[in-house]
Amino acid sequence: MLDLSPNRTLPDRPDPEPIDLEALRQIVEGFREMPGGMLPLLHAIQGHLGWVPAQAVPLIADEINVSRAEVQGVLDFYHDFRRSPPGRHLVQICRAESCQARGSAAIEARAREVLGIGYRQTTPDGALTLLPVYCLGNCACSPAVRVDDEILGRMDPEGFAELVRTLREEAPAP
Amino acid sequence: MSDLVHTRVYVPIDSSALSVGAEGVAQAILAEADRRGAPIHLVRNGSRGLFWLEPLVEVETPVGRIAYGPLRPRDVPELFDAGFLQGQPHRLGQGLTTQIPYLAGQERLTFARMGLTDPLSLDDYRAHGGFLGLERALDMTDAEVIQEVKDSGLRGRGGAAFPTGIKWETVRNAPAPQKYVVCNADEGDSGTFSDRMLMEGDPYCLIEGMAIAALATGATQGYIYSRSEYPHAFRTLGTAIERAREAGYLGSSLLDSGRTFDLEIRMGAGAYICGEETSMLESLEGKPGLVRFKPPLPAISGLFGMPTVINNAMSLASVPIILSKGAAFYRDYGVGRSQGTLPFQLAGNIRNGGLVEKAFGLTLAALLYDYGGGSASGRPIRAVQVGGPLGAYVPESQFEVPLDYEAYSRMGAMIGHGGIVAFDDTVDMARMARYAMEFCAIESCGKCTPCRIGSRRGMEVIDRIVADRDRAGNLALLQSLCDTMLNGSLCALGGMAPYPVLSALRHFPEDFGVQSQDLPAPKGEVA
Repeated sequence: MLDLSPNRTLPDRPDPEPIDLEALRQIVEGFREMPGGMLPLLHAIQGHLGWVPAQAVPLIADEINVSRAEVQGVLDFYHDFRRSPPGRHLVQICRAESCQARGSAAIEARAREVLGIGYRQTTPDGALTLLPVYCLGNCACSPAVRVDDEILGRMDPEGFAELVRTLREEAPAP
Repeated sequence: MSDLVHTRVYVPIDSSALSVGAEGVAQAILAEADRRGAPIHLVRNGSRGLFWLEPLVEVETPVGRIAYGPLRPRDVPELFDAGFLQGQPHRLGQGLTTQIPYLAGQERLTFARMGLTDPLSLDDYRAHGGFLGLERALDMTDAEVIQEVKDSGLRGRGGAAFPTGIKWETVRNAPAPQKYVVCNADEGDSGTFSDRMLMEGDPYCLIEGMAIAALATGATQGYIYSRSEYPHAFRTLGTAIERAREAGYLGSSLLDSGRTFDLEIRMGAGAYICGEETSMLESLEGKPGLVRFKPPLPAISGLFGMPTVINNAMSLASVPIILSKGAAFYRDYGVGRSQGTLPFQLAGNIRNGGLVEKAFGLTLAALLYDYGGGSASGRPIRAVQVGGPLGAYVPESQFEVPLDYEAYSRMGAMIGHGGIVAFDDTVDMARMARYAMEFCAIESCGKCTPCRIGSRRGMEVIDRIVADRDRAGNLALLQSLCDTMLNGSLCALGGMAPYPVLSALRHFPEDFGVQSQDLPAPKGEVA
């Protein structure tokens, strides 16, 4: 049953790993004076952890004096914010029209085949999380994919298979 | 070696050029020059926008810049052997860059500096006419600046084509303790990349345009709202803002004039809807990007409730040249009420994809065949989506219609942000129509029912048409659903998603398994 108690402070679900709340508090501190700084703040937390833990929600609400619902509302609205830890690399395949016109569907099919996962899922070895993206602005060199902050153009299914093989063979950071 | 003349070699740092290996080419050139003891000065410039030739390397010679491309790192030793540092011929040589027909035929006003300079060099920017517009604006009254922009005929380049000068005047005349300039650089339309190129390749141009807008309207704070999909642009522009501030082009007293304007770049978070201006304001205020009702117009009550100029990056980047060369210079380009130039972006299944800045009035046929060189696959071009994911699909029979706002509007299409995505004859237009509805469903902010629910029902109805389940009934239902979305949505997402759907159905009914005589009569919105 839904807990509507105003004193409920626990997050909806436990975070899957321990969170250094003090580090988060320090990040939030830096955005207290920024007008409308919620997105930059959430980007900063995600930049630090790779995702935004549920425990960050009441913490942000307290620190910048908004309701938890307001924080949660922003977190839920935007596709970019992740509520669970991703793989070591983020791999995005562009699904927009220009890339479709140049065969992105074949890359998507190859991705499913070699990775055995769908969009918004992480490979069991934790190497990568697969995400859809709607235009990387690389449309004159379609089809495009993105690995972390690097954009790759003129991609083809074999190139993609090779790319993810390399990413998965990389040793995890200690 | 210091007495030797260092040959200037240009390798683009544009993210599209990087996406096809420009970094490897740059490193290979440095290593090879070092190995041979050849003195070079490597400049990382913006892209010329001839993307099928990227990585496109240029060498400065006494007769001008000579281009080579597309290069791979392994081509580099052979290029040195051929004497490319002296501009000697090579199988990948393209001759003088400015004489490559693709570039020679363009009218580059907004993109005049694109690819010529080191994007972050203030000296380069000034050496190529930068900040002349701002300097002139500082000598004018705000009313004179606005008049100049009005006289230029500049209309919003984001897609809505509203006269920029009138928008500025509204903000100027709105009394308020604080006003803002917001640059819409949330370039989410597939097939568009001109904002990205500008932010990465000529960021000071955008900063200068925003500073002029601020002077004209009395705004003192600006925001550039860009995309998380553009990490390179975000970094480049962030650095450019810092350097412009240090040099006195931003801050508490612009060029010691006593006028204040400062600027911040914000990153979106993967929501297409935030390219809609009121959704963008919500996002800048730190909220979910739910579209606002209008009125009030943002020019009256915008960011944090204050009068706000919101212009597309292309509109703002067109302002410096209008101020530096005068309204008449700019207005002389174009046709009818579509004045000036538009940086068209050629993408999709096209041989020569890239940026083509031309005066309004040329045809799609000229862009697709004279510039684009036809399809990349070598098959016939069957359909072209103009103006992003909410733009109509244009069939070959309409390729000769001149590209101007009014002519496109008359045929139920739109030029939008100038994105042009070509498809060859293997395209399944029923799938593209379904995708348009799917995209709308994914990206709907959820405020309006016709958009939020209609797009989902639209996917199902298209599926039923294709599967031939009560085809006639579902065709009528799709038409009715599209009418509801067109007329019942607050913003362009729900309000225009029917354009690609209905144009695909009208021009390519066979892909839906439909005979053209069985189509329901159009209601006038889409030709």
